[in-house]
Order: sequence, then C-alpha cells, then structure tokens
Amino acid sequence: MKPAPFAYHQPASVEEALALLAAHKGGGEAKPLAGGQSLIPAMNFRLARPAVLVDLNRIAELSGIRDAADGLHIGAMTRQRAVERDPLVARRDGAPLLAEAMPFIAHPQIRNRGTIGGSLAHADPAAELPAVMVALDARFQVRGARGSRWIAAGEFFTGLFVTALDPSGGELLVEIVIPHPAARSGWAFAEVARRHGDYALAGVAAVVALDDAGRCREARIALLSVGDGPVLAKRAAKAILGEQPTPEAIREAADAAAAKDIDPPGDIHASPAYRRQLVAVLVRRVLEQAVERAGTEM
Amino acid sequence: MTLPLVGERVLRREDARLLTGRALFVDDVQLNGMLHVAFLRSQHAHARLVGIDATAARRRPGVVAVYTAADLGDYWQPGPLLVPPPPIPGLVFHPRTQVPLVKDKVRHLGEPIAMVVADSRYVAEDALDDIVVDLEPLGAVVDLEAALAKGAPLVHEQLASNLAAHVVQKKGDYQAAKAKAHVVVSRRFLYDRGISAAIENRAVAAQWDARAEELTVWDTTQAPIPIRNGLARMLGLLESQVRVIAPFVGGGFGPKIMMFYPEEVLVPWAARRLGRPVKWTEDRQENFTATTQERGQVHDAELAVDEHGTILGVKDVFLHDSGAYDSYGLTVPINTQCTLLGPYAVPNYYTEFTAVFTNKTLVTPVRGAGRQHGVFVMERLLDFAARELKLDRVEIRRRNYLRPGQFPFDNEIIFQDSAPLVYDSGDYAPALAQAAEMIGYERFLREEQPRLRVAGRHVGIGIVSYIEGTGIGPYEGARVTVEPGGQVRVATGVGTQGQGHFTAFAQIVGEVLGVPMERINVVTGDTREFHWGTGTFASRGAVVAGTACHAAAVAVREKIFDVASRVLDTPKDRLELVGGRVKKKGDAGSGAGIELGALAARANPLRGAVRPGSEPGLEATAYYGPDRGSTASGVHAMIVEVDPETAMVQIQRYVVVHDCGRLINPMIVEGQIQGGVAHGIGNAFYEQLIYDDTGQLQNASFMDYLLPTATDVPRVEIAHRETPSPLNPIGLKGVGEAGCIPTGAAFAQAVEDALADYRLEITEIPLSPDKLFDLLKKTRPAKRNLVVIEGSFVFQGPRPAVYALLQDPDVLGKSLPGAMRLDRTGDGRYDGLMKVGIGPVTAAEFSVSVTLSDREPPARYGMVVEGKGPFGFTRGTAQVALADAPGGATEMTYRAEVQVGGTIAGVGQRLLDSVAKRMTKQGLEALNTALTARL
Amino acid sequence: MIPPVAIDVTVNGVRHRRDVEPRLLLSDFLRIDLGLTGTHVGCEHGVCGACTVLLDGAAVRSCLMLAAQADGHTVATVESLGTPDDLHPIQAAFHAAHGLQCGFCTPGILMTLVPFLEEQPHPSEQQIREVLGGHLCRCTGYQNIVAAVQLACDTPARR
Repeated sequence: MKPAPFAYHQPASVEEALALLAAHKGGGEAKPLAGGQSLIPAMNFRLARPAVLVDLNRIAELSGIRDAADGLHIGAMTRQRAVERDPLVARRDGAPLLAEAMPFIAHPQIRNRGTIGGSLAHADPAAELPAVMVALDARFQVRGARGSRWIAAGEFFTGLFVTALDPSGGELLVEIVIPHPAARSGWAFAEVARRHGDYALAGVAAVVALDDAGRCREARIALLSVGDGPVLAKRAAKAILGEQPTPEAIREAADAAAAKDIDPPGDIHASPAYRRQLVAVLVRRVLEQAVERAGTEM
Repeated sequence: MTLPLVGERVLRREDARLLTGRALFVDDVQLNGMLHVAFLRSQHAHARLVGIDATAARRRPGVVAVYTAADLGDYWQPGPLLVPPPPIPGLVFHPRTQVPLVKDKVRHLGEPIAMVVADSRYVAEDALDDIVVDLEPLGAVVDLEAALAKGAPLVHEQLASNLAAHVVQKKGDYQAAKAKAHVVVSRRFLYDRGISAAIENRAVAAQWDARAEELTVWDTTQAPIPIRNGLARMLGLLESQVRVIAPFVGGGFGPKIMMFYPEEVLVPWAARRLGRPVKWTEDRQENFTATTQERGQVHDAELAVDEHGTILGVKDVFLHDSGAYDSYGLTVPINTQCTLLGPYAVPNYYTEFTAVFTNKTLVTPVRGAGRQHGVFVMERLLDFAARELKLDRVEIRRRNYLRPGQFPFDNEIIFQDSAPLVYDSGDYAPALAQAAEMIGYERFLREEQPRLRVAGRHVGIGIVSYIEGTGIGPYEGARVTVEPGGQVRVATGVGTQGQGHFTAFAQIVGEVLGVPMERINVVTGDTREFHWGTGTFASRGAVVAGTACHAAAVAVREKIFDVASRVLDTPKDRLELVGGRVKKKGDAGSGAGIELGALAARANPLRGAVRPGSEPGLEATAYYGPDRGSTASGVHAMIVEVDPETAMVQIQRYVVVHDCGRLINPMIVEGQIQGGVAHGIGNAFYEQLIYDDTGQLQNASFMDYLLPTATDVPRVEIAHRETPSPLNPIGLKGVGEAGCIPTGAAFAQAVEDALADYRLEITEIPLSPDKLFDLLKKTRPAKRNLVVIEGSFVFQGPRPAVYALLQDPDVLGKSLPGAMRLDRTGDGRYDGLMKVGIGPVTAAEFSVSVTLSDREPPARYGMVVEGKGPFGFTRGTAQVALADAPGGATEMTYRAEVQVGGTIAGVGQRLLDSVAKRMTKQGLEALNTALTARL
Repeated sequence: MIPPVAIDVTVNGVRHRRDVEPRLLLSDFLRIDLGLTGTHVGCEHGVCGACTVLLDGAAVRSCLMLAAQADGHTVATVESLGTPDDLHPIQAAFHAAHGLQCGFCTPGILMTLVPFLEEQPHPSEQQIREVLGGHLCRCTGYQNIVAAVQLACDTPARR
C-alpha cells in the first residue's frame, strides 16, 4: 500500500497552482492535493494514480476565517479542526449548523489535516460538509485560468464525486461564503453511522426559519449518503413551508423526504429500505430540533 | 517464608519498552542491504493459472528478483498438515494444504502467484503492475450448502466433492430422549466470524549469514519453535543453524499460529538464495485475504427438555466453512461441538458436522476458535425453551448446571486435543448468582424495564454462561537460571503477543525463588534461548508454559538448597529463600545467609570439582505436558438499549463473572477479559466478512470492516471466582479467549428482550443495524453482495429497428460509458477498450468484451459485459427485453447483475450501487441519442 | 525519473535535511530514513491510528502525509516523550493502569493524548472515548486506556 510515483509541486500562490494545473492539462492526471485525507488513502491503495500532484498546502491566502457583511468567509484550505474550533463559526449568528456537524467528520486526527474545501471539492456523497453547505445555501468562489466565478452550493454538486468545477481540472475552489442566519431561524444536524466518525448510513442537515406567526417560512433540508451527492429535500420542504411546524406537519415532511426526495443506494451496511427509514426518522428529529431552536430568541 | 507474587496485581515488566517506542517488532528490523518484497496476489477467488510472464518486472530498475512457482523447483511443496484430526471413530478427513505460490489453480482471493524482491517496497509494488498473468476464472464455491450440491465447482478436483471432513460424535441416545421430552425446540442458527485484526500485520524478515552458515528469521509468529524446526527441514539445514525470533508481536489472536504461511516459506528461502537480508511486511489490504480467518457455520439444532426445563438431550448438525485448504485440521469445528455442552448436564448428545471447502481464505482459529458458535447455539436453545416453558432465563440455566460433586466430569466425546472431553473442576451456580446480583437482574426485570417501557424506551437484559477448554498439551518447557550477578533468567519457548508473559512468568518464578520481580528477566520467542515447545494458542500460555516455569523454578530451588546447605552448613529443611538470598530460617537482617548470585558463582567454580551426580550452576530446565486441558467457565450479562426507529443498539452495562482457577495476576486477567469482550462485541454487532457469489470480499478495509472503537465498547465489570484446576500445581486455567466466547449469545438475548413487543427471534450473529431493521420490519433480507440494476427506457422508434441497432458495434459502444472503441469480433461478440474513472479513482483503460446470447429478435437478448483493468475487473450479466410502446416507440426493460473484483470491490463497495446506476443512466441516454440519430 | 524533493524537517527536536522521493509517506520516512520505529504502521488508510504523530503539535496520521509535506515543519514521535527510566506522565499512567497489552497501537494513542490533555486537562469519560475513537486497539477493549487517561489527569503535569 504505497503510492505510485508522481511529480510533485508546491506552489505558493493560487496563480502558480492554476498555472501548474493548466500546464499539465491533457498531459496526464494532475490533481490538487488539499488535506489529503481522502486522496492519499486512495493513492496508497493505488486506486488514485495522479501523474502530478499540485500541493496547495503552501498557499497561505487559501486559509482563514473572517466575518463580513455578506456572511462568513472560509478559505478553502482552512483545516476542518480550525473551523470546528472557531468562535465565529460557532456563534449563533455565525454558522452553528456547521459547528454542530464538524465533530461528525471522521476523527480529530483527520480533521487536523483535512480541509473544508478539499472535502467539498471531493464531493463524496457520504460526506457531511456538502450537505451542510447546501442546507446553509453557501456560495463557493472558484478560480481558474480565466478568472473567478461564484457557484451556489446547490449547484456545485452535480453527481457522484462530480462538481461544477471545470472537468479538465483547471479550476480550484478557493473560498466558501456562508450567509448570516435569518431572523427566527434554527438549525440541526444528525446522522446515523455504524461507529462514531464513520461515513454515515444517512444524515440530515437542516435550517428552518419561522415567520411572526410561527409558520415555517423557509426550510432547507439536505440529506447525505442517500444519493449521488447531497440531496436537497425539496418535497419535504414543500410539505412544511407555510405550515405551523406541528409534530404532524413535521412527520409529513419527513415522510415526504423518505418517499419522494431520494432513490437511495444499497450497500453492505444498509439496504435502500433501511436508508429510507433512517431518512424519515432523522428528518423528523432534525426538524423538531431546528424548529425548537428557531423558536428561542437569539 | 516466600514473598507472595502469584495472585498479585504486579505491574508489567514489558511496558516501559513498549510505551517509549523502543520495543522491537518484526517490521522494525532493518539491516544493511535489506531487500523488500511484494506479492502478486490473485484478484479472483477461483481461477486456472494459464500463464505468467514476469519479464518486464524483472527488467524494472530496482527489482532484484521475481519468483513464480516454477522458479521454486523442488522447494515448491504443499505445507504440512498442522493438526491431524483426533481419533474419532468414523471420522472422514481430506487434508489439503496451502502452497507457497500458485502453480496451476487459484483457490482463494489473495492467494500469492508471484514474489517480487526489490530495493524498496515502493518499487516492489510498482513491479507488480509489470507482471502479466493470465487467469481463467472458474465458478466459485462460496455458499456452504451450494458447495455440497451436485455439480458444484470443485475447489480440489481430485476430490469427489467439496466435503473436507465429516464427524459424528454421540453420547447416550438422543432420539430416545427426544421421545420422552415435554418440549423440543428446534431452530436453524447462523454464526459468522471475521478477521483477527491484530493491529500489527504479519511480517517476516530473514538474513543468511554465509560465513557462520546461519539463518536468522524474525517472524510475527505465535509459534517460533515449530517454525524453526520446519524451516530447517525445508531448507536442508540443521535446526541449530536456524534461529527464529518472534520479538514483540503486535497481537496474535490465532492466525499468527498458522503455519506455514507462504511468506514464511519464501522470505527465508529468498534471503538464502540472494545472500541478502529480505523483509516482507503484510499491508492491511493483504491482511484481509492472506491472513487466515474464521467464518461461518450453519447449525440445525434441537434441544429436548422435560416440563421442568431439565435438559434431556441436544442434537446439532452443522456445516463448517474450511476455506480453500484445511491445514489446521478440525480444531475449530471440534471446539464448536465440544463447547456447545457448556456447564450443563446433557445426558444425550448427537453432534455431526460437515466441513466444506470453499474458495475463501483458510479458516484457522481466531480467539474463541469455534467455541462461540457452540455457545450461541446452546444458549439460544435454552432461551427459546425457557420462553416456551414460561421459565425464567436464569432459572433454566441454574437447574441444568453440573454440580461441584460431579467433577471430573466425562462428556464421553473427544476434544480437539485428541483427549476425552473431561471437565477437571468447576462451580457454576454461584457464578450465575453473582452475575445476576451484580447486574441487578431481578430488579431490572421487576422495576427498571417496566418503568422504561412505559416511557417508550426499549431496554433489555441478557445473561448466559459458558465453559472453555483451555491449557491443552502437548507440552511447554522453561529454563530458569540464577546468574552470578543475582538476576534470574527465565527462558521459555512460547511467543508473546501482549499477554504479559514477561510479568506473569516472573511472578511464578519469583515466588518460588523468593526473588524480587525487578531481578527476574524473562525471554520468550527466541529459539536460541529455548528451543523446545509449541506455541501460544488455545488459552494455554500461562497454564502450560507457566507450569513449566514453576517446575523449573522448583528444581532450581532444590539446587539452591543443595549448594547452600553445604555452603552454610545447614540442613536443607532449615533454609529459606527471601529477597534474593538463601539463609537459615529465623536469621534476621539483610546480610543474613548468602546472596543467590554469589551462590551461583560458587556452584560454577573455575577450579575444584563439580561433584558427580550434580550439575554446575543454579539452572534447571523443566517441561509440563498435561494429559488434557483444564476447564474455565464464566457468566456474562449485559443490558442494552435499542432504538427501534434506527435499529441502533447501545450496550449500557456489561458484567463478567469469570473462573479461570487460580489467578497469577488479576490485572492481566482482567485485561484479557476486557479485550475479549470487545472482540466479542465486534463479532456480535460490527464485524463480518462479506463475500459475494464470486468469492470477492466486499469489505477488505478498515473503512468497511468495522472493529469496535472506544465509543462502542462499554466498561466491563468483572468479578473473579477461583476454582483451582487439580491438573497443575498452581491450579491454573486459561483465560485468553474467554471474553469473546459468550458475547454473541448474551447480545442476542438482550436485544431480543429489549424488543420483546416486536416478538422477533435472533438466530444469527453477527447482527447489524441493517439486519435488525429487516427483523423489525419482518422483511425478507435483501441480498447485500450483488449490485442489481433494473429499469425500463423508451426509445422513439419501431422495435425491429431498435433491436437491430442495439447490436451495431457503434451504437453498442455508445452505451458503454468511457468506451474508446468497440469492434465486432464474431457473431454477437465485441471487443474493445474503455477508459473509466470515478471520483478519486484515476481513470484507467479497461479491456472490455461483450457477448450477446439467447437472441430472439426483436423481442429479447442476453448480454455479458466483461471488463479488466489495473484495479480489478467487472462482469455484468443483463437480460434485455423489447416491447412495443404507444406511438411507434419501443420500451426496453432490463435487469443486470454486476459483479466487481479486485481492489475496487474490496474498498469501494459503498459506491458500487451508485456507480452502476449512474453508468446505466449515462449509457441509456447515450444509447438513445445514438439511436435517435440513426433511426 | 522523478526528481527527489529536498526537505528540512525537525523531528523530536533534531533538524534533518534529506532528499526524498515525492511519494515517500511520512510514516516510512520516520521509520526507515530516520530509524524512528516507535511510530507503527497498521493500515495505511488512516483508520487505525497507530502511525499518529504530532505535526506542529497537532495529532495527524503519518501514513496520510507525504514526507515532502513535512518540509519546514516540526514533527514529534513517541520517542520524544519519556524514556524507559523516566516515563512521561501519560506513559506512566498507561503502565500503572495496564493501558496496553501488545503495545503496537500504543505509541499512536499516546501522540493523540498528549495534545488532547494539554487542551483538555480534565476530560469527561465520553470526551476521552471520543478522542480514542480515532484509534483501533484489539487487545484492551479500551477500558484500561480510558482508566490510564483518567489517572493521568490526576497526576500533576511534569513538563
């Protein structure tokens, strides 16, 4: 279990990294290396055999967390452990859903190295962060040879390990912006995994907002590990939007998520039917908690 | 007066080296000029080896040698039969043992085909890609019942069937007992097991010293002496020319006793042939297929009881998975049939098993070694009988226990060590009462459970008992030496894998010789230090080697008294050993008598004479070989909470009352039990090797093969009872495997109790949340090891035209995502090349072939698609039917089964379903586009 | 041929300048190139935790890092803790609580615990179990590892 040979570059800037990726476009498989906690195991198994590795770990400009008027900005190379510990993230007007989900990602030893952008660009359907970003309606800044563009999280994840990044590998995810939470909003995250830190059998990240009458005026419910990528449960949201979030309404939304929003895969750990059941249960539990949090003043 | 050491919680002598990273493990051995090995292993479970070409690999810079079976010449020999079967009348046994490298046929996934020796492991792995190997896949034998069906493929063609062994053992007359029974419960039980998962993988390093003509081998073995003996024989060397060292070994749990692993045969041979040190360290991926495992049994079992729940008889007929070879004999299934009887008086017993060859990795003992299968069957039968009789679960056990006056108790069948199954001693009922008391059994059922049920919580309790045959022969030895410096050196032949031998043996010797612990130095696992013995297995190290240490120490004590009697001019019976000195009884003061080191120097004089009939020095060697093993026992109880909505189970409390005779070191014993329980919990709910129908292992990594972690294992509350064994002077019984033996049975009972309102029965271990979900929903379990794609698609065109185009190579090629080309090579046959990658898996070229069959234009056809590439292979079998759809369209319905092999199958399992669905969707859309353009 | 990468890395307080192949894993660099065999390798896919070392003070898997990535950084392995005659308090606690059996997984666990206890001097049992969740041990059932951590928390810090 040793990696196959590759050429290795450690650029110091995004420009340099993009130039290196562009130079190797078509000439072999150039891969950006972020935290390496998914890529290096795949290389050790020799399933991933990139000809060239462009290591992003020297690019200082890609790391850091700051608050701005349009939301919380997180550099793509910020370590997951840094996100987990940052008080700006944990604050109720920061991204408490993100803070709540972080401890579910593997183990501290992995989060010390793993990066937030690396996980998002990897787009593993069982990963927590893509679903969390979809629930949070985050925006991603990507940069390529032809400049930068913004992609909404809901449009970034386009398939199994596939994102809206330039498929030839010429673009990098550089920054994530998470909008500030709306008034009277609540959040919750839950997943069922075989063991703490494992890929979840199913998981749910949700944000809800209530209007003055206590009706649900916004619901973003994102599911993980039940499709090709994070699944925004639109039927579930539709079932509860405009409704008083009573136990019945919540249950209806949860059942809609399980029955209509997903076509879950089966594997040795969970059949499709079991995954549907987990989604029904977890959506219900998550919505209950999110609604309860939305009901308490900031 | 000797100072008490046996029975004390003495801290371990070996810890400091281990804690500071200074202990030597085999992979730490690094020698000048050392070469590194990687093995080419079969990606198929069953295949004929048609050809192999290593030319390119041999030419790669950094590669020193590549060996195939042909290169081994006469050295190529099947391995020895490690454990011949016991003398049971009517026993049928077909020994088939593993080979060093595949010569003609692959019989299990991961079987080694070629050995690459290179400057580094990195280069050796690079060279594996250079070897061209032509394997012709054969139908795989996976399922136990299917293996015995007529017409099943044969693992060993020279045999008439896949039957490896058939054994019947009987006591009394079960049928007659059954006729008198008030209740007979009868069930089918499945019990599957997994890998040992020592955190240290196996490793072998070897160095041939041409000047000294000596071979030194470092090996992660549990049995260094038999390895030394076998290697000497195979290599044509004297045993004294071969030194095998099992240094610190990072966990054994059974598979490290297996021998000879192909790598153990090949690495020393290569080191001698190349004249350079050679090392191979197994990686985790190899470990999942190359290191032996324990696997499934299927039991059809019956229990006959009278109206009081008294056992009248038991009948058990089971199948046992041997894997591809049965080199370890019948130890595991015989353990099963002998442990099933448990602590109970069973007057009539009929037990029959058939061991079956399958195309899977060899089965050899893994901690528990088949005992848990038997315990599970018996304990579950008792639970079901208790339920029918409306009898309490504790009560039915208590009523059937053997009583203290019944020992030694002869079960009238033969155990795995070839001796009659006779229990030496035991006292079972008090242990049960103590366990029930500790976990609050009655209060739980009377108060807590009803209260929590009202609150909607599902909590349950389980309590089971078991016995374990431990401490079997043939023998172990030890040498105890008092050195002139005053240290006492203890050498024994068993290897150590964390059991605390350095401490426990020192306690035994220290107590006999009155020497403080810090002056006792124990060596294990080095054939140069001690070269008679067998190894560490079957919960026997402390019992057998410990007793040998005791005997050697007693002999040294005699020598000390002999010499001291002359030196101190005192009769022997007036001498005593205290604090490393021998002195007259009653003499006080630290300077009284003579220090043992000084006495040792006196006993080994440079001048003068050692008297005839005596020996120089203060040293003795002794052996202990029990006629039969000693029988340990225990009771496990646990409380669980189940969330029926998510099917997740949490263990809230775990109690063990254990009796392994006299304790040497309670701290070490508790550690053994705690670790065993964790292993048992893994077996109960987390760990299972999942093979598909082609013998591909679906969870060949620590991502998908789930070892329990610190958050999954509860605190284990332990109480000891000490019923000494009459078979050895200290009264020892073994404990190494105990913790994991009854765990599955206790878990099943507790979960069932927690879910009493669902009225489900758990007859299969391991359980998993997924399986529990099926039980809760009463759904038929879905097959978990096959990707099935089904669906339909409407093409805008008439049926005959669609049918014709679907056979066109250009159109067909479009339906294969990533196809670079596809050519018709015959009627209904196409060959091509496709490039496929997914996510982190780098896109690679796969050769692909498509074969159409059963063509009935324009209605239906079958299709087989086979792909082969660097990470593995895939085979998809599809049935396609076309029907007219409204508006002149054609509806295609399809069902495909996809099998994947190689690394991808082992580590990418969770993605296969999604990948298959995605590729089907892409393929159909591309097909539609291509068809639309042509129609 | 792929050119080697020059690295300058401080391991256990000693500065090393080496040329390494880009693909060389940090775990192999420590064990083979520097002879620091106390760092063990158990799975090479980041699950077992036996290879855990400190990178600039934070616990990371050395099998999931390239040696080249350690350039300019500080690495600490188990050999940086105590010696057999002078155990670090956490090592002493493992000894006193019988927190190890075969000892193969132990160095990695120690390297996780050292920074953990610095940040969290009085962890709950649940916190201890969660941080240990990133390590596999087949011998102990974790119980005495937890006990060792609890014991270490009651021991005044020595350094």
